[in-house]
Amino acid sequence: MKINTKRRFIRWIPALFMLVVLGACSASGSQAGQEEADSNLKAGNVVQYTNESTEIAVEAPPLTDGIFPCNDCHSDIVPNPQRRELVDFHDDISVLFNHDSENRWCLDCHDMNNRDSLRLASGKLLSFEESYKLCGQCHGEKLRDWKVGVHGKRIGEWNGKKEYLLCVHCHNPHSPKFESMTPEPPPVRQEDIRIYEPKNQENDEEK
Amino acid sequence: MKKSNSRRSFLKNISLASASALALSGCSLAELEKFFQKNFRTLSEKERKQLIEDLEAEYKQKYHKEFHLSDKPAIDGTLFGYALDISRCIGCRKCVYACVEENNQSREPQIHWIQVLQMEKEKGIDFVHSDVHYNPETVPEEGHFYLPVQCQQCRTPQCTTVCPVKATWQEPDGIVVVDYNWCIGCRYCMAACPYGARHFNWGKPEIPEEEINTEMHYLGNRPRMKGVVEKCTFCIQRVREGRYPACVEVCPVGARKFGNLLDPNSEIRYILENKRVLVLKEELNTQPKFYYFFGV
Repeated sequence: MKINTKRRFIRWIPALFMLVVLGACSASGSQAGQEEADSNLKAGNVVQYTNESTEIAVEAPPLTDGIFPCNDCHSDIVPNPQRRELVDFHDDISVLFNHDSENRWCLDCHDMNNRDSLRLASGKLLSFEESYKLCGQCHGEKLRDWKVGVHGKRIGEWNGKKEYLLCVHCHNPHSPKFESMTPEPPPVRQEDIRIYEPKNQENDEEK
Repeated sequence: MKKSNSRRSFLKNISLASASALALSGCSLAELEKFFQKNFRTLSEKERKQLIEDLEAEYKQKYHKEFHLSDKPAIDGTLFGYALDISRCIGCRKCVYACVEENNQSREPQIHWIQVLQMEKEKGIDFVHSDVHYNPETVPEEGHFYLPVQCQQCRTPQCTTVCPVKATWQEPDGIVVVDYNWCIGCRYCMAACPYGARHFNWGKPEIPEEEINTEMHYLGNRPRMKGVVEKCTFCIQRVREGRYPACVEVCPVGARKFGNLLDPNSEIRYILENKRVLVLKEELNTQPKFYYFFGV
């Protein structure tokens, strides 16, 4: 009996070891995620999130070409926390900004010290790939629906791998209301559908 | 006189007449075989395979492309359901044309499997006062909402029960399909459908060669012929491969949802359990598997 239990214990040692290693890995992973929120973005990869055993591929965020990383410019600029309308740069965003503009401005979502990151109300930094968490701070019901695939659009397989779009793929974060669009042409009216086939062609058409 | 009226001479004459008619009509043996093809559901495995091969060759000759024609049966344990968010649809009709392209609908004369109805918010869901031909500069229009209608994939489909030749039926995964080779074009099903979801090929369907979708299913988007009825199949050629229907993927506002009703973790089940849901013309007891819901 004694030998038996000892053997059983020995058999578990490698498994335990693996667990410890894995635990350490995931801990360091999440830490790195917080410190360098932009690491995934630089690689330009589609990020895999695990959500209740379903893998969710999120398309890379739709950043304006050539503008990222923000720190390329911002590292030389002394941050000004004063709420104001931007005129020299990013004035294009100022013009269209319509997202509770009465109460909010840039630094409510963008981090003042690290412009390559977004910032939750709690102070936690977020990468642009995780922007949906930032949106979910206020739009919790939408976030819940998005996670289960009811709000927003999914592409892929109904019984397998799906691709999620981020909130910002459809909504401009600075002006989230959908713009109206031109509809595709209406169907031909019943009375305008002409079915005319010349007699001599009829035989060919039967094939 | 009596002799010439005998049964034997009658048979002789009729066989001679039919043989000469056949010879005169210039009907090839292959075409004859096609004419006597059995109902799709009664074909043996071998016959089915042969039929698929023949059709692929026929389409290749006609459209000069390689075709893949599937006859994949229903996946076990699936019952397909669809949900459309009325609060989101903006009436852009992108789904209509994505469907036309995916399912090889005739461009001329025009056939659309999806009708987007514009309704007045004041009147609610009111088919009599709805407008399918709306054409403003931009949508959505003030004071209106949009209700796309396509085959509702009823659990008790009236269209299939009225078919005199059983050319249309409900598959085990709930999709109502048509065997175009078996359809005689009587259009009883169109009269029976309360949703106007079935469409008749009054003329020879025209599809531009470069626009034809070569991924096809026998019961779905293969080219139809003049004189047969067609309808939405939830993109049978896609969903039986695990993919979403084309209209789901094209919708720019994410109003269209699709999934397996038998899977308690599917999006469609979440909607049925958590949102306000309705079906069209509930009083007719057609029991649609196409649901409309309010996402907000």
